[in-house]
Parts: sequence; C-alpha cells; structure tokens
Amino acid sequence: MRRSFSLLLMVLLLSSILAGCAAGQPANPTKPATPAKILVFGRGADSDRLDPARTMSAESTKIITNVFDTLVQFKQGTTEIEPGLAERYEPSPDGTEYIFYLRRGVKFHDGTPCNADAVLFSFKRQMDPKNEYHRDDMANAVMTLGAVKDVVRVDDYTVKFILKNPFAPFLRNIASFSNAIVSPTAVKKYGDDFFKNPVGTGPFKFVKWDRDSEIVLAANKEYWGGSPKVDQVVFRVIPENSVRLAELETGNIQMMDGLDPNDIERVKKNSELKLSSQPGLNINYMGFPLQVKLFSDIRVRQAISYAINKENLVKYLYKGAALVATGPVPKSILEYNVAGYPYDPDKAKTLLKEAGFENGLKINLWCYPNPRPYNTAGAKLAEAVAADLQKVGITATIQTMEWTAYAARSKQKDNFDGPFFLGWMGDNGDVDNFLYALFSTDNIPGANRAHYSNAKVDELLLKAQKTIDEKARTELYRQAVDLIVKDAPWVFLTHSQDMVVSRKTVTGFVQSPLGRIILREVVAGR
Amino acid sequence: MAAYVARRLLAIVPVLLGISVVVFLVMHLIPGDPIVVMLGEKAPPEKVEEMRRELGLNDPLYVQYGRFLLRALQGDLGRSIRTQERVAKEIAGRLPATLELTFSALLLATFFGVLLGVIASTKQHSLWDNLSMVLAVAGVSMPVFWLGLMLIFLFGVDLRWLPFSGRLSTGVFLESVTGLNLFDALLTGNAAAFWDALRHLVLPSFTLGVVQMAIIARMTRSSMLEVVRQDYVRTARAKGLSQKTVIYKHALKNALIPVVTVIGLTVGRLLGGAVLVETVFSWPGLGKLAIDAIYARDYPQIQGVVLLIASGFVLVNLVVDLSYALLDPRIRYQ
Repeated sequence: MRRSFSLLLMVLLLSSILAGCAAGQPANPTKPATPAKILVFGRGADSDRLDPARTMSAESTKIITNVFDTLVQFKQGTTEIEPGLAERYEPSPDGTEYIFYLRRGVKFHDGTPCNADAVLFSFKRQMDPKNEYHRDDMANAVMTLGAVKDVVRVDDYTVKFILKNPFAPFLRNIASFSNAIVSPTAVKKYGDDFFKNPVGTGPFKFVKWDRDSEIVLAANKEYWGGSPKVDQVVFRVIPENSVRLAELETGNIQMMDGLDPNDIERVKKNSELKLSSQPGLNINYMGFPLQVKLFSDIRVRQAISYAINKENLVKYLYKGAALVATGPVPKSILEYNVAGYPYDPDKAKTLLKEAGFENGLKINLWCYPNPRPYNTAGAKLAEAVAADLQKVGITATIQTMEWTAYAARSKQKDNFDGPFFLGWMGDNGDVDNFLYALFSTDNIPGANRAHYSNAKVDELLLKAQKTIDEKARTELYRQAVDLIVKDAPWVFLTHSQDMVVSRKTVTGFVQSPLGRIILREVVAGR
Repeated sequence: MAAYVARRLLAIVPVLLGISVVVFLVMHLIPGDPIVVMLGEKAPPEKVEEMRRELGLNDPLYVQYGRFLLRALQGDLGRSIRTQERVAKEIAGRLPATLELTFSALLLATFFGVLLGVIASTKQHSLWDNLSMVLAVAGVSMPVFWLGLMLIFLFGVDLRWLPFSGRLSTGVFLESVTGLNLFDALLTGNAAAFWDALRHLVLPSFTLGVVQMAIIARMTRSSMLEVVRQDYVRTARAKGLSQKTVIYKHALKNALIPVVTVIGLTVGRLLGGAVLVETVFSWPGLGKLAIDAIYARDYPQIQGVVLLIASGFVLVNLVVDLSYALLDPRIRYQ
C-alpha cells in the first residue's frame, strides 16, 4: 500500500516536471509564417538507393515514382498502359519493334532536355556492361530488358526498341520504375553518388535526404502533366507501426502505410482518419519442396491444400485485410474461375489414406518470424496452418529462421525438407510476372522455389509471351493456371490488401494496384 | 600519468583487433547473404553470383579479413553493401544523434540517480528512501520498449505535451554544423530550433536513462550508507560541520568511487539500450543503423559500428580509471 502510494506520487511529480517543459508553448512553435502546403508521409523504413536502375527496394520505389517518369506509364489506379514521356508509341505488326515518339519540351529538374539521347543513355547504362555508367547491381535490367536486342535513336525525339522476339510484357516492363529516364548530366556529374542526388523529369524534385529520418521533395511547378497540388512532400521514417499511427492521429503526419491489421478497428473508429484499402498485387503461399520424395506425391499436396482453412486465416489472422486465393495470380490482373481447394478436411483425410498415410504423418513446416507485405502475421501463419494440419492427422513442427537467412536458404537447390511459406509481389502488373517467374522451369534455380516443372505449362507460358493479342494471351494464361492449380505445387493462401491511411483532410489520392504511392494529385488540407 | 595514459591507449589496439576478428567470424558464420538483401529476393541467381565475386565474398575468410584489415589501417572502412554509401560517412551521419541521446540520458541518470541515492541514504527508511527505492526497482524491471510506448501514449498522444518521433519537427529549419542539434542551435543562435530539439529529447532520453538512473541510485545509496559510518565522517560531525557539508563534501566524494565505475559501465549499457529506444522514437542513430546492418548482413557496416562502439567503450573506461585519481588523491597512476 505504502509502496504503490509512493509510486503514484513519483509519477505525479514527474508529470509536473514534464508539463513544465511544455507550459505556455504552442504545439508547434516554429511553424513558418506563410505555411507552405506540406504533405508528410510516414513509412516504416528508409530507402536504400534512389537510382531507379540500382534498387529493388519498395521504399526506394516510393520516392522514385514521384521524382522520375517512364516512357509509358500505368493509368491511374490500373495496370493499363498509357503514354508517359513518350506521347505515343507504335509496335511493328510482328511485335519485334517498338517506336516511341517523345513529348517535346520536357526538361529534367537540372534543366537538361529530355530527348532521344537521354532516353538512350538511360537504357544503355543498364543494358551494356561495358558502358561507363553501368554498375553490377543493375539487376532489374536482366528481368525487364532481357528481351531487348537494341535501342536506337531515330531522330532527336524518336527512339526505337528492337526485340529479340515478340514479347508481350514489353510495354509493362518499360513502365517499370527501374526503366525511368534519368538525367544524363546528373549521372555524369555525380557518378557513383547519383543514387543520393536523383534527377528526373517527374512531378517532384529531390531536395534532401537525412538518412533514417526523412526525404524531402519539392513540387516541380513546370511538370509536363501539370504542377502537383502540394508544395512539398516529406517522407518520414517511423519504424514502429503503432507510433506511426499515433503520429497520424495527432496530425503530425498526413498519410502513412504499413498499418498493423490489429489497428484497423482503431482507424475505423477515428472520425479524423480514413482508410484506403484495395486488393494488393501479391500472393501469400505455402510451397512444397518438390525435390523431396514425400511431396512429389500429388495426393499429399492436394490433401494438405484441402486441409487448410483459408477463410479463417483471412478472418482471424488478417482481420479481414486479405482475400482468399484460389490460384497463383490475383484476380485483378487475370480473371479466372478456378475453385481451387476449398476447406474440406474429410477429403484431405481420404486423399492421405489413398497415399498410404491413414495413420498420420510428421512433417517440418518452414517459416520466417517477421511480418511481410503479403503476410502481416509473420510466423503466426505457420501456427494457424499447423493447427489445421493437426486436425487431419499431420503433425507439423514449425521451424523458423530469421528472414535474411530464410530468404537465402529458399534460393538453394535443397532448400527445405517440408512445406515453406513465402510470397511474391508483382512488379509490373503483367501475369507473366507471376506465372513465368514462379512456375517456369527456366526459373529453377530462381523464383521458382518449389522447383515445379511441367512441360505443358512451360509451353503455354512461352507461347503467351510471344502472343501480342491480349485476348488470346489471357486464354493461354487461364489454361496454365488450370494446370498449375491441379498440380498443387503450392497451397494458394491469400492476397493481402494494400492499405494506406490518411487524415480526412487529404484528398485526391488514388491507390495504385502496384502499391505505388503517387502524390501528384494529392491535396493536403490541415 | 602521461605514460600510463599512453600505455592504456596502446592497449586499445589489441582489444580492437580481437573484437574485429570475433565480429568478422560471427558475421560470416550466421546464415544469410548480403547480396540477396541488396538485390532483392527476385534477383536472378547469375547476377547474385556476379555481385558476390565483384565484392570478393567468395574468397576464403582469411583473405576477406586481411583485405578489411589492410583497408581499415589506412582509415578506409569500405562501402556499405546495402546503401553503397561509405561506412565512415554513414556512421558520421548517425553518431551525433546517438551521442546527443546517450549523453542526455547519462546526464539525467547520473544527476537524478546520485540525488535520489543521497536522499535515500540520509533519510534511511523514511518515505523518501522508500519512494526513491521503489522508483529504482521499477526502473530496473521495466522493459525499455514498453516504457517508451507508454510514455508516448501518455505524454505524446493523450496529453500532447511532447513530440515523440524524430529529432526535430517537420518544417523546423536548423543549419547543421556539428550534427548535435542542441549545440548547433546554440551556435547559430536559433532559439526556436533549440527548444524544439530539446522537447524531442525529453521522452527518449528519459526512457533510455531511467534504468541506469535506478542502478546509480541504488549504488549511491549503499555506498553512502557505508561511508557515513566511517570515523572521519563522525569526526567531521564532531567538528560541528553542517549536515550539508558533511554529506556533500566529505561523505559523497568518498562514496562516489564505486558509483563512477557504475557510470562508466552505464555508457556501454546506454549504447546497447539505444538500439530499442531509437526504434521506438524514430531516432536516426547508430543503434538503428547497427540493427538494419545486421538484418541486411551488411558486413562492412556492422564492422564499422561495432569497432566504433568498442573504442568508445574502452575510452570511457580509461576516463573512469583516471577520474578515480581526481576523487581520491591517494590513487596514483604510474
């Protein structure tokens, strides 16, 4: 009794000291006299490199898509292609050549004109290892420009891409952030340090970068697509999810991402906040290591697929911030009607019995401990799945490994001895970016971590790459999805929702299916 | 004295060498690949391999260590794999933030710790004694992360008295001279920024310092209780000196030696605790840098930060040893 009284007294004392610190001061004493329209965006981590060709980080992409432009771009809120720095483009009838006609009068933030030479410079430095400005870490080029044989200058404002063979995902690859056009003057001036002095043609100009703290961008009033509605954008790093939300609640920041699903209710109850949510371009899956004999039996894979209650994962684990997946591709980029593997423990038991495991089975279940964009629950996902498996007689032992080690191990030939959790985030909104990357034999070793190989699927995916007609292409992908789902190399779990929270006073923000944060049209009221 | 200091400074070299070997080995023994982090999960394997070759990560460990050592001796810590920035520059950018935070936490812990300890010892078993010891026990047993969040929700969100993330408010301009915000604000005569920076420091430095404050308070109390029973204190009292002079001039000075040792160790603990506090309060310091570097297996970065912290720790211990001589003239170094 006496002790708790003492504690209370001390807390009161400390409070009064702290109150003294704040007494008589307005909340923000140093606000400038004429407030510029500043939008502060809170995020969980800092960018790594702000050179479009030299980063893979989603946090860098957030800045890059606001500072740079691409030849063609994604129509707001969709994965459709529209003109960007090129005001029009023409594919040749056989689909092996594309001509881009550049918008005239566009200048980089440093005043350099954006013409055919600048475009050539941006692509050559990525594609040609002998180019003076090429760097070994330009890994995106291998993926997005692999089909390109050459880029040539036709005249001052026209460039031509020559492809090795017809390649349907080409335009979306050109719209990928890594193929943004950079100022040749700035790259030559800064050399290895261009990544911290990015100069593009985009709606915002880079101002400064305080590592692990904030990146400041200023409106490019001369932007060819119209000046942004705010004067300044500040991307602030606030690592803790709940602290970031607290900053939004107090109004110190106006927008944020990385909302913890456990805080969805808290946001919904707050009349000053609004939550934008849309199906994300991702897949959260549990892969089977097909090199392991037990999992080469399709009945075992299908049984496990039936045994997992995906609806419950969405409802309890993700608090509704996800969709049940029935196949490997989000429905927003490919419409298909596959039932997949609805929850059916009886069917699972029957299949296990057929496979000779009526007395149960013991397996390892591999997982990473931390939340990922496609699985915000981290290792709790493995716990939920293990509980479901137990109900059909499969005893799963959960093995976790810290993410960096896990990711490196998943790439090895003998990666895991039991089912493993992973996910994928689409880069360019093309189905090819899911199916070819994840299921083609060409990508072993690589993104095809289950080591799935089906000659028929390979054939369909390669054919689709060369099919320019969208309808015919979609049909090929539907056939491929049917085969893949039937083979069950993974348990298709969920597609997580992309969530952005903002103050009610922020308007004009449209979410991008690619998860990009595009702030040109955003109006920030106080 | 000078010879002693020189000898001690020289002894830092083998210590750092040993630390660098241990850190190097541990880093390379834990699984994970910096290139996978650098180029992303999706990078094609051939590109990863190319990059590994380029950075010499496929060479035998002793070759890699030798290369590191040779460069480090020339003052070059290399470039961070993750950010491609020079390690020395990355550290220089974060060091002021951590120094400011740990120093203010140390100041807070020492001042209030000693004060509480003295009060507790002079009024043994009184309300004040119990109060300060309850606080001390609470301070020692509170998880820093939890305490930080609670303080944020109480003083930042509910009461809105104090800012709780970052070092300055957005829109507050401060010219950077040393990187130490309070100092820079004074140098440039920027009162608004000084006030803003100070307010940003309150919660993180309190969170960081409270545990150490508790430890120092308990140490001071027990050390004081021992000293006040000594003959010379009785003599001082018999001479008719005031209670204040007896306690603060005669007793405290002698009671401080073990306390100073604890304060020296505190610096190390503060640097360790800074990792969590920096994360909770979005403080762009060394702790956060170290954690990010470890997750990314950014070998050069980890080496750089660990070596810096280790040298800091060794130096602080030297200062502590030297300060004994100041507190107790009987102690001499040769």
